[in-house]
Amino acid sequence: MPLYLAIKEVLQNKGRFFLICLIVALITTLVLFIAALAEGLAAANKEYIENLTGELIVFQENVELSFPSSRIGRSTVNEIRRVKGVADVGQVSFASGALVFEQVSPEGVIIPTTATPQPPLDVTLVGVEPGRPGEPAVLSGASLGRSRSDGVIIDANVALRRGIQLGDMITIKTTQGTSEEFYELMVVGMADKLQFQFLPSIFIPYTTWEKVRPKANNSVETDELVSNVAVVKLADPSQWRQMALRLEEQVGKIEVVDRVTAYKASPGYAAQQSTLDTQRYFTLFIGILVIGGFFQIQTLQKVAQIGMLKAIGASNTVVVISAIAQIILVNCLGVLIGGLGSYLLQLSFPVEIPVIFTGRSVGTAIISLLLIGPISGLVSLRSLLKVEPLTALGLAQ
Amino acid sequence: MTPVLQAESVAKVYGSGQASVRAVDDVSFEIRPGEFVALVGPSGSGKTTMLAMLAGLLTPTEGSILIGGERLSQMSESRRTRFRRRSIGFAFQSNNLVPYLTARENVELMLRLNNRLNRQSKERAADLLARLGLDDRMGSYPSQLSGGQQQRVAIARALIHEPNLVLADEPTASLDTERAYQVVRTFAELIHEQQRAGIIVTHDLRMCRYVDRVISMMDGHVNRIIDDRVEIDALAAFSEESFSAQ
Repeated sequence: MPLYLAIKEVLQNKGRFFLICLIVALITTLVLFIAALAEGLAAANKEYIENLTGELIVFQENVELSFPSSRIGRSTVNEIRRVKGVADVGQVSFASGALVFEQVSPEGVIIPTTATPQPPLDVTLVGVEPGRPGEPAVLSGASLGRSRSDGVIIDANVALRRGIQLGDMITIKTTQGTSEEFYELMVVGMADKLQFQFLPSIFIPYTTWEKVRPKANNSVETDELVSNVAVVKLADPSQWRQMALRLEEQVGKIEVVDRVTAYKASPGYAAQQSTLDTQRYFTLFIGILVIGGFFQIQTLQKVAQIGMLKAIGASNTVVVISAIAQIILVNCLGVLIGGLGSYLLQLSFPVEIPVIFTGRSVGTAIISLLLIGPISGLVSLRSLLKVEPLTALGLAQ
Repeated sequence: MTPVLQAESVAKVYGSGQASVRAVDDVSFEIRPGEFVALVGPSGSGKTTMLAMLAGLLTPTEGSILIGGERLSQMSESRRTRFRRRSIGFAFQSNNLVPYLTARENVELMLRLNNRLNRQSKERAADLLARLGLDDRMGSYPSQLSGGQQQRVAIARALIHEPNLVLADEPTASLDTERAYQVVRTFAELIHEQQRAGIIVTHDLRMCRYVDRVISMMDGHVNRIIDDRVEIDALAAFSEESFSAQ
């Protein structure tokens, strides 16, 4: 009975309810895109870390889990390797550089390396040990060879956009002292999901990386191989909590965390995510107010009609369920339209815009949006209950 | 014959102390099945308040009301709502129909509310509408019907679930004379045919020609009950002449 009244009213006032559906659809689109943007920006920050083959990341202690500040030496890595439960360890270092598409000849002439001139692309140069944790799995081509080789793995998206193919030579520009230096490296493999702190990554064997990375003139030279962090692969990944403690106990001056803790400590990560979450919740709140407000106005307009229904014997339950069912119906339709609209819209987005629709974030957003209906219904519930059947006789106070 | 409705020394007092108003005071009457009664009186005489109490929408301050032997004041709020749904039929002055339901669906609404909608009852609803001259307007929405047609739909809705008591509050207020006569005449015929007890609240005495008894109220009291046919017709005729002279 309540559903019958709810549906009949919607069908008889299609235009009005369609407009409300449209508002819900727009709110849905907004919430989904904010969620996708949050996911996209988070991915740009953490993608490489999140997809590491090791479970634990070892930082130097007292560096607040900062990748650039941390230093882990070869001797520490060897100590880590000896701890029971550690399957493998790989040293990983980060440096910034640029992928350029031109070269300067010894005579000072600029020579483009591609058919069409392209602007340089800032990249993270990641030094990894071939075959050890930290080296990404390749989508195509081969893994890194010896640590001295000049074969590198690059981001498949960058390759696609800049027309780079397996076997191509790429040019990396870094600053050595005060002068710019160019290094020719060969693309041996391609992998995806490799962004780190908003830059695409190029993976270089460790010794080559040492040579390529930007250096100041007064760099401290050490005898041992020093990296920013070490990535640890465990024999039993489910034991990561105990292993983190064990490593910190048995190897001195290190801080061991899991991947999630590591990327959450990245500069700006928490602030960025909380900003986007605030936007998301604020949009949901606006949605509740708009939908609730609309149905509240509709309830107030229908006082005489509701009074008549109550006078002829419709119970409060019938009246309330009918109104809430109507809100839920309109809301669900709106969310459906918004969801489909968002899907179609994102197909037209260029790849540079960091929007990623993941099942979890879309699911959370959709569930929250579906809750707008019942919560909005509560706004008009009191008004519905307050309508007296005496209204029908013009006697209500 | 057992009365359908018994009002025993019913009074309704609004407010308290010196500011209190006795809108209805010591009103008693009975109505038997098949009897159609007009509750008449000027504005403020207490007739609508009396109707609200008869419908269980207001609780009397004093006295009691029994419908089909059941005392309304002893029922809980939810039981009274259920009782109203099952045993009382209602037609109001305005906002009578649900705007998003067709004429036929409006009538069937009472059957739905009572969980009595089936093929037979649907046929009965269609027959009743046809009987009221609305066989070609069953699929029309209230906004597509004239005032008279809307009131006839309301009458059909008031009767379809076979209630003991049918109440109508000024159902002819917005109708022209001819339509008003038509509506009340049909109403009276159905009340008599179906042996229901009917009360029409009106200040238009011309409508009395179709009722069996006139209960006249003034300042909250019943000041006169007319049940003589000749007297009722004379009252209606006098009222018609007065209207014509205007």
